[in-house]
Amino acid sequence: MTTPVLSLRGLSTRFGSNWVHKGVDLDIPPGEVVSLVGGSGSGKTTLLRQMVGLLTPTEGEVRVFDEPLFAGSREAQRQRRRRFAMCFQGGALFSAFTVYENIAFPLREAGIATEAEIRELVALKLTMVELLPSHAALMPAELSGGMIKRVALARALALEPELLLLDEPTAGLDPTRSASFVALIRDLQQQLGLTVVLVTHDLDTLAALSSKVAVLAERRILAFDSLEAVMQVDHPFIQEFFLSERSARALARAQGA
Amino acid sequence: MADAIRTPELHLSEGCLSPAGDWTLLALGSHANRLRQELAAAKANRWDLSALTRLDSFGALLLWRAWGGRLPADMVLPDGYATQFERLAAMDEAPVPHPPRVGVVDVVAGLGGALLGLFAHLGDFLALIGRLALDCLHLLGRPRNWPLKEFSANLYKVGVKAMPVSALVGFLIGVVLSYLSALQLKAFGADIFIVNILGLGIIRELGPVLVSVLVAGRSGSAMTAQLGVMRVTEEVDALTVMGISNYIRLVLPKVMALSVAMPLLVLWTSAVALVGGMMSAELQLGLSYGYFIETLPKVVPAANLFIALGKGAVFGVLIALVACHFGLRVKPNTESLSANTTASVVTSITLVILVDAVFAIATRSIGVPL
Repeated sequence: MTTPVLSLRGLSTRFGSNWVHKGVDLDIPPGEVVSLVGGSGSGKTTLLRQMVGLLTPTEGEVRVFDEPLFAGSREAQRQRRRRFAMCFQGGALFSAFTVYENIAFPLREAGIATEAEIRELVALKLTMVELLPSHAALMPAELSGGMIKRVALARALALEPELLLLDEPTAGLDPTRSASFVALIRDLQQQLGLTVVLVTHDLDTLAALSSKVAVLAERRILAFDSLEAVMQVDHPFIQEFFLSERSARALARAQGA
Repeated sequence: MADAIRTPELHLSEGCLSPAGDWTLLALGSHANRLRQELAAAKANRWDLSALTRLDSFGALLLWRAWGGRLPADMVLPDGYATQFERLAAMDEAPVPHPPRVGVVDVVAGLGGALLGLFAHLGDFLALIGRLALDCLHLLGRPRNWPLKEFSANLYKVGVKAMPVSALVGFLIGVVLSYLSALQLKAFGADIFIVNILGLGIIRELGPVLVSVLVAGRSGSAMTAQLGVMRVTEEVDALTVMGISNYIRLVLPKVMALSVAMPLLVLWTSAVALVGGMMSAELQLGLSYGYFIETLPKVVPAANLFIALGKGAVFGVLIALVACHFGLRVKPNTESLSANTTASVVTSITLVILVDAVFAIATRSIGVPL
């Protein structure tokens, strides 16, 4: 059995007196695209932020690449953090930098590539996310919503991560752009062999991308399996989430595509 | 995935170069320079990539450059890596344009731009005052529409909350001024004139200017930052869309609050500074509190107090207007926010000192006993 890229062990989270998660266990094997779904307020984004170490769980442990997230020296942690990247919902681009500088920033910080190589790597990332070289000089404030997402993806891919975490990758995009962004993520995932964890509300995105679905409800992972298998689980939340009329239409559309 | 990193190497055997190990950004880290040199020195036209365990776009780029931007004719290329080089070939077709170089013309243009920017600032500042005046006229007949709640909230923020810090600074300045003057006056036997010096100096000049500098740093910057973030988060736009005037809701309460709070703060700070000076005079020169308090009104005409209060009100309006002017100019990025906040504080302090000089000249014959 392959070692999981990311695993959560007995993760519990408490906000005030309210337990958001209680004993969450999840193992994400390499090469999978895992969608994290759950009702509003079920703590999906909290879980994602714990995976990257922005929040510390009340109890339990997050392991990435078979090591605890916070283990080792400063340098070891830095090396580990380079192996995964996150795309934030609003892009979180550095607003004082141009698109070029945004993508070049992690490369410069890593201090491995020379300036000329960085230039070419940025051009490469831009073509990978299907943006034009002329977009490099723009400021984030001049970009459309879809372009912000693409630049954020290019920046996340700059350090060649093995694990990519996406928070609501298609939120705020119209259906056409959303579909093309999903196709882009899927292509890149296949080409680069990435492991992807995403949080989404959008059933089109979920059906088109995920190889596995993790359902977060009742403070724990209710089911973790392929979409078809998860849909068979007899639980009110799952039934309502996947089998409502609206969901059925979205899923049929995705399978038809 | 979690398996160990294999050191990237470049092997040469029988005229065939074969990179081995992980050629990834992570693995190349400390080996990048050595491999760049080895690649540059390598002279072989046969390549074998089958010993590579991993290749990412950085590794591929190093090889691609060593090959001079095309695949070598004689090579072993495992299937999985072909797309990497296809992407690089596509990238070569569309390089990122270099930013244009800065020439002499650009420097001149920059200078002109700065000058025009200054005029634009003046124009915008005038427009702000004009809009505010029009809105005030509009409000004259509608007493219910005055933003009184915002006014009182601002008054508390810029006035009441500034009292401790202005008292502390005022007290210390009073003590220091009194102590230093006492040393000099003692030498001339002119001890009793300490009351004149402190009274005139603090009430007329130091109190208003000191409070203005404090308030510009404390409240002016806060106002600019607040309006700036409201611009960034589009809250200002939301107000406009609701048909609510930004000037009435955001600018007017700040201007009103500072024009009321500043004279009060001036009064408060000057009083505390005089207390500090009085205590220091008592310790240093043995001047009793009773004598100090009794002499003060005789040597400092009341006109000075009114000049001080007037200055306070004018400075307050200026600081608030400058803060709002720069706050409303913030563009939606962090750099602009910090630049405008800095500009707001620097401009308001400079303006206050300039206007103070104007005041000094205009009131030179009032309230100074000869």
